[in-house]
Amino acid sequence: MKYPIMIRVKQKQIAQLVSLGKRLDGRGLNDYRGIQLEVGVVGRAEGSARVRLGKTEVLVGTKIELGEPFPDVPNQGVLTVNAELVPLASPTFEPGPPREDAIELARVVDRGVRESKAIALEELCVEPGKKVFIVFVDVYVLNHDGNLIDASALAALAALLNTKMFNYEVKEGKIEVKPGYKPLSVKNYPIAVTFAQIDDKLVVDPWLEEEQVMDARITITTDKDGKICALQKGGYGYFTTQQVLEAAKIAKEKAEELRKLVVKG
Amino acid sequence: MAQKKPEKLIDEKDVRLDGRGLKELRPMKIEVGVLGNADGSAYIEQGKNKILAAVYGPKEAHPKHLAIPDRALLRCRYHMAPFSVEERKSPAPSRREVELSKVIREALEPAVFVEYYPRTSIDTFVEVLQADGGTRCAAITVASLALADAGIPMRGLVAACAAGKVEGRLVLDLDDIEDKEGEADLPLAWMSHSNAITLLQMDGSLTLDEFGQAVNMAVEGCKQIHGLQKETLKAKYVAVKEEVEE
Repeated sequence: MKYPIMIRVKQKQIAQLVSLGKRLDGRGLNDYRGIQLEVGVVGRAEGSARVRLGKTEVLVGTKIELGEPFPDVPNQGVLTVNAELVPLASPTFEPGPPREDAIELARVVDRGVRESKAIALEELCVEPGKKVFIVFVDVYVLNHDGNLIDASALAALAALLNTKMFNYEVKEGKIEVKPGYKPLSVKNYPIAVTFAQIDDKLVVDPWLEEEQVMDARITITTDKDGKICALQKGGYGYFTTQQVLEAAKIAKEKAEELRKLVVKG
Repeated sequence: MAQKKPEKLIDEKDVRLDGRGLKELRPMKIEVGVLGNADGSAYIEQGKNKILAAVYGPKEAHPKHLAIPDRALLRCRYHMAPFSVEERKSPAPSRREVELSKVIREALEPAVFVEYYPRTSIDTFVEVLQADGGTRCAAITVASLALADAGIPMRGLVAACAAGKVEGRLVLDLDDIEDKEGEADLPLAWMSHSNAITLLQMDGSLTLDEFGQAVNMAVEGCKQIHGLQKETLKAKYVAVKEEVEE
């Protein structure tokens, strides 16, 4: 990635502050920005959620359709996560097929939902090998101000919890959709927590300027039991074993806080 | 032809399907300088994995607007041959391959002195000829050797290896079936310089405690692979030096 000149200038300032345990926007090293969550914002979608993480804004919509299962898992429904970095969200996003970062974003969100077994895919099977439900989770980034992964993962979970599923009956091999809906069953609540490494220190929830000067990034997703279910390192720097273990501990604590925002009761 | 899933992947004596112990790597064979046209190349066999890597560069960056004024552009393409897996894989790059290309590049870049070659590109190509689990790790191990073989200055070699959890036990270097049937897979790349972890991913389910153990186990595995990498380079270049001196 190319750094704009101004970022180079800010790099020293950001790093100096971080070494004192402070951040440019006044947060502590382990603090998230303010989080606002709205669900059911798009009526046409089966489920939807909009997350504002500071100035970062992500909208996630889910759709459920009938389709064919993958041949290697004929009795399971399908989960598909896609992310669009739409050009209206940042001067650095361009129209066109998903770039590497969009694909990584989608796959990291996907890994959290899939590996925590948040969606019981067996329950989405209608006719083994022939008909299953496909859950599409579409991540739409509306404003990029850093840490798209955590915002998207949070919005995806909130959207899935908001998703309504058809009532249906299978009669003589045909599916009859019946009136009314029931909520999609969500069994686990994976929460992604991302750290940026700046001058050998870890900061939680990096915003855009911190992302631009960071050496490396690590995302740790934990499930409702505090187990780690997905992990992704990014960026051109590296971590020590010590840092990774420390990050895992903080991620678990932070995830518990965030989970309370999405999962009520 | 799908294989039938065996009932047990690890027996009572902690012996795995292919006869390995829990903390044992698969047998490995590494060669460097295997391709004629590339500036550097290497080949690895790790269990049933067979992977080729080639490096072209440093050379003028194309397209030109991608050139970076103060360092080299390191590019990486991880690609699987259509015949490398059970069911034919379409040769078009999948989303998985795009992501792996990115994380492999980010695993290698901390090791390369990219600042020595501003405005150039260093292109790394990895072709998986046969896959049997843990290909991203083997790809990093072999690509870092290809970079070294191309004579590109590096802080150290990057070695990679996965640890994971299979049938309740932590194991090193998972093969395909252990990865698919197991509870967790944690690929990790390690560079001797600064004791650095340059790639870390995970899927599955691990407690914090298991996670710590798995990370340490993977680092130990990487250290073994690193030894093998060094031997391979020495075997080639020390031998050549002796011939010249005679």
